[in-house]
Amino acid sequence: MTTQQIHSGYGELNLADEKIKLEVNDLRLYYGESQALKTINMQIPEKRVTAFIGPSGCGKSTLLRCFNRMNDLVDICRIEGQILLDGQNIYDKAVDVAELRRQVGMVFQKPNPFPKTIYENVAYGLRLQGVNDRRVLDEVVETSLKGAALWNEVKDRLHDNAFGLSGGQQQRLVIARAIAIEPEVLLLDEPASALDPISTLKIEELINELKERFTIVIVTHNMQQAARVSDYTAFMYMGNLVEYDATNKMFTNPSQQQTEDYITGRFG
Amino acid sequence: MDKLNLTKHISSQFNDEIEQIRNHIMAMGGLIEQQLSDALNAIAGSNAELAQQVIANDLLVNDWEIKIDAECTRIIAKRQPAASDLRLILTIIKAISDLERIGDEAERIAKVALESFSSAQQDLLVNLENMGRHVAQMLHDVLDAFARMDVEAALAVYKEDKKVDREYEAITRQLMTYMMEDPRSIPKIMNVLWSARALERIGDRCKNISEYVISFVKGRDVRHSDEDSLEQNARS
Repeated sequence: MTTQQIHSGYGELNLADEKIKLEVNDLRLYYGESQALKTINMQIPEKRVTAFIGPSGCGKSTLLRCFNRMNDLVDICRIEGQILLDGQNIYDKAVDVAELRRQVGMVFQKPNPFPKTIYENVAYGLRLQGVNDRRVLDEVVETSLKGAALWNEVKDRLHDNAFGLSGGQQQRLVIARAIAIEPEVLLLDEPASALDPISTLKIEELINELKERFTIVIVTHNMQQAARVSDYTAFMYMGNLVEYDATNKMFTNPSQQQTEDYITGRFG
Repeated sequence: MDKLNLTKHISSQFNDEIEQIRNHIMAMGGLIEQQLSDALNAIAGSNAELAQQVIANDLLVNDWEIKIDAECTRIIAKRQPAASDLRLILTIIKAISDLERIGDEAERIAKVALESFSSAQQDLLVNLENMGRHVAQMLHDVLDAFARMDVEAALAVYKEDKKVDREYEAITRQLMTYMMEDPRSIPKIMNVLWSARALERIGDRCKNISEYVISFVKGRDVRHSDEDSLEQNARS
């Protein structure tokens, strides 16, 4: 099956030149009786930023959480279909969920640093893996904080409590914590929606740098943000993937009327 | 127009702003139509007073361009338009620049009308009058197509430009013959030639605007393509 045949909403999107990192095949998700995701098919290219947009309740966060099986934590949630990470079905029984979440990191809307020092927040993942060598930890903490564009602001107070940082700094700290364990995919669930405009721009700048190393999937309510940071954009509505295309196309000339209405702020 | 949902935004203020810009373009277009028609009448009737009025009114045309430009800038700054809204604003910015130049051409024709022509030279002006009516109709039609964002109507205007170009060639040949016969008439005839040139340029600018309409509706840039592929793009 070619890319174009997978979903009508694909329009002219051609991912032939991209390496596919994540592949969603006939994914259906139910919360109890209600179906939150209706047969989603899509491919997410490696080392690109893919944005999910759509109104509240459209299923975009639910879909994002499928990529590292966060929905497993919801009792009434039932999932059908497959998600392939590098060709391996992450819903396979043999998959170690802890290992999956190491490969697929996640950052949430509200910064959630641990009540520890800045240093220990970043070192946390490595310590869990049993790394205690001070030199290794020092190095990872520094490179991760630099990677998250936070190093210069905190290098003199690494052993202060993380709660002393501003919201924008906390969010970058959480990103540093996520990238410290070298994941392959980074899931960002509205990473900047609780931040001021300058911190938001810093996060966006950071996303642009991080995509050199990671595959990034971002959920955002801010459409201009999706337009700015992403290479590909998926528009979801009521559990359906309505349109998935190159961001440049989506924001200048989308194929679907529903997409057009949503991104131009019209009644759907 | 409503099939384009231009004023179906959740933000009623945004709707009002877009509606206002559209009204202003129509006002600007109406003024330019009047300017062209007055300029042509001034030439046909050797009416210097009317010609002066056209020259004075060009300032109003310029004012409209500045005003609408500012309105578009404000929308971009405040609303960050996307998709069809973005294409609409860009289309408007380009179209008013062409409209303003059409206004300049009308002024140029009015300046020719200030010259006095001998009765022998009046024949030349008759030809100009025909071409003038043709171009005025084109301008009217393209403004109409723009107001309704009507691709078919825009396509018709686009095709009409070829005829105007042929009329211009015919007038040029005729004027050259006159100049060869009577070199003393050259300065006067040059003025008529400039007017014909101005009309031909108005035709080109109407054609530009018709291309913007097609690009806006179809979301594909159709400028600088040949007529067949443009027609194909417009109808697909």
